[in-house]
Amino acid sequence: MRVNRRTFMQGTAATAAAGMFSSSAWAEEPINVASIHDLSGGLDIYGKPMVDAMTLAIEEANAAGGLLGRQLKLINYDTQSNMQLYTQFAQQAALKDKVAVVHGGITSASREVIRPVLDKFKTLYFYNTQYEGGVCDRNQFDTGVTPAQTVEKLVPYAMKKWGKKVYVIAADYNYGQITSQWVKKYVTENGGEVPAIDFFPLDVTNFGPTISKIQAAKPDFVWSALVGGAHISFYRQWAAAGMRKSIPMASTTFAVGNEHIVLSPDECNGMLICYNYFQDLKNPVNEKFVASFLKRFGADYPNITELAMGTYQGFRLWAEAVKKAGSVDRMKVIEALETGISIDAPSGKVTIDPPTHHCVLDVHIAEVADKKLKVLEDFAQQKPADTAAVCDLIKNPTDNQQYVIKI
Amino acid sequence: MDLVALLAIQVLYAIASLALISVGLAIIFGMMRVINLAHGEFLMLGGYAAIVATSHGISIWIAMLVVAPIVVGLIGVIVERTIIRFLYGRMIDTMLATWGLSLFLVGLTTAIFGNTTVGISAPLGSFQIGAYRTSVYTLFVIAVAAVVLAVIFAVMRWTRLGLIARGTMQNANMAAALGVNPPRVYAVTFGVGAALSGLAGAVLAPVSGVFPTIGVAYVAKSFITVIGGGAAILSGTVSASALFGTINQIATFVTTPVFGEVALLAAAIILIRLLPQGITGRFFRRGL
Repeated sequence: MRVNRRTFMQGTAATAAAGMFSSSAWAEEPINVASIHDLSGGLDIYGKPMVDAMTLAIEEANAAGGLLGRQLKLINYDTQSNMQLYTQFAQQAALKDKVAVVHGGITSASREVIRPVLDKFKTLYFYNTQYEGGVCDRNQFDTGVTPAQTVEKLVPYAMKKWGKKVYVIAADYNYGQITSQWVKKYVTENGGEVPAIDFFPLDVTNFGPTISKIQAAKPDFVWSALVGGAHISFYRQWAAAGMRKSIPMASTTFAVGNEHIVLSPDECNGMLICYNYFQDLKNPVNEKFVASFLKRFGADYPNITELAMGTYQGFRLWAEAVKKAGSVDRMKVIEALETGISIDAPSGKVTIDPPTHHCVLDVHIAEVADKKLKVLEDFAQQKPADTAAVCDLIKNPTDNQQYVIKI
Repeated sequence: MDLVALLAIQVLYAIASLALISVGLAIIFGMMRVINLAHGEFLMLGGYAAIVATSHGISIWIAMLVVAPIVVGLIGVIVERTIIRFLYGRMIDTMLATWGLSLFLVGLTTAIFGNTTVGISAPLGSFQIGAYRTSVYTLFVIAVAAVVLAVIFAVMRWTRLGLIARGTMQNANMAAALGVNPPRVYAVTFGVGAALSGLAGAVLAPVSGVFPTIGVAYVAKSFITVIGGGAAILSGTVSASALFGTINQIATFVTTPVFGEVALLAAAIILIRLLPQGITGRFFRRGL
């Protein structure tokens, strides 16, 4: 195409007009919200329900008129259970798509990959998974439960029921390493002992020697912090060896990936778990939520998981803060969250704890019973005491690290 | 004492499962010099075949011991006819082609079955050794491995089919000159290798569960076993499985699973350094 003066002028005029038009229409542009979760690969058992919950939360918000008069646009990034993609997508969300907030990260390893990226590019970050605690970062909010909220309750409950000698098996990365230390701490504090802690890389499928070792140690019960699809075979081999009936088990990870539905009742009945959310919680907010969730994703949806609820609540807390701040600006939203914002969530009341950026919430102990999770005992409004012991973002707003418990 | 017995069973089981997952690869590699990087996916397909058949009401024994090998064997023959037969003698090309095939099979099974772990409960219950318990299924896996190896030995040693296969393996041109049709021998052998992999995948499915990428967990170990074993298919597989299985299981029991894997890999590296032709390059040279 030949460019003469006239076509050049026409072109630039049109571009200028388009620019003016789009800037006048700016207020109508949607707010971008990033969801960075594994929708394929080994961790998708966790990621899919999280993204479903996020989708529902955003659809509900948009049906109610959006936020600040603008619609919300969910941008899903599938990290394919691949750590490198976390860095790439976090950068893309912050720099290219200019999202107002990132919700995402499943394993603690993935969180530590994207956290510095989002710090650097000043993009607000919500990590909605139950994890080992201790992250202290003003740019990040953690809506999942931590060991002081769950392990602290479940250890004495299980010890009272079964006995004082606890054998711990855990996934071999920061989550399992740190959580197993918390288990040991609470067991010791309750007058019990931990004869051994065994770690397993995420792709281990043969647990035969470990099962022999556990039998030789003769514990009163086994504590599992195993993670992912391959580790499910531990529960199968445990049951096949006839151990389920003689040595019971408690876990901080079981059922988060719907293991209780994948396995047969004979392989996992009676296991004790402790989380913030169970689908069968009896309260009006939850009944309404479950009804709309099942309407959106089908009545045969296997189970609304702890992580799905964490994600839903994380989004709701952020939306509440945006309303309060009257803006999606990062600092204004952080300050609004730091007023101790609270929502009536399906799991009960959830409040941001300003000094730690974690949540005060209800937890429940439940038992696996025929592919269902039967709630046994409730603990109202638990504080994130583990992180609070080391982290105070009011006093040290520039603190930025993950504290690791020392025993 | 009963702990020693239990540990002995675990070691036997480790040897048996290594031999099972490797023997199909050993046959394909040993006979045809084809490096089949889709081997892990053949195991995975065997697992899925057994699970799908069981969920359609077929007895778990028939599903594992009959359906899975037939299904994967047929897939093997199709793969040989459509891909591998054009690549005999081109080792690097077969690696590339079978690696592509491996990615394709992982993608296909993910699309069909999803990426979640599926499984069947191990049948047969458990039994008591002194103060310890272990599953009867462990013994079943050991028995299957023993039977498979015995049958391969019998076929190779005493049947005309085995004679032809061994002859073709030693010198394909001479076999052809004597009236054997090497392409047919290759197709059948590849099918048999695939069928054995399918059987192994099915038999191990109740123990480890099945998901589309589980082949990765198997393929490295089977290659290490086959390379460590060397040229002779049977005695190589058995001796390497025995060595690596024992080291892996005892190291796992004494330390942790991480060091168990490290010990296995370290043993493999030392072995290949000392015996570059594998165990049967030096010992059992006249074995099958």
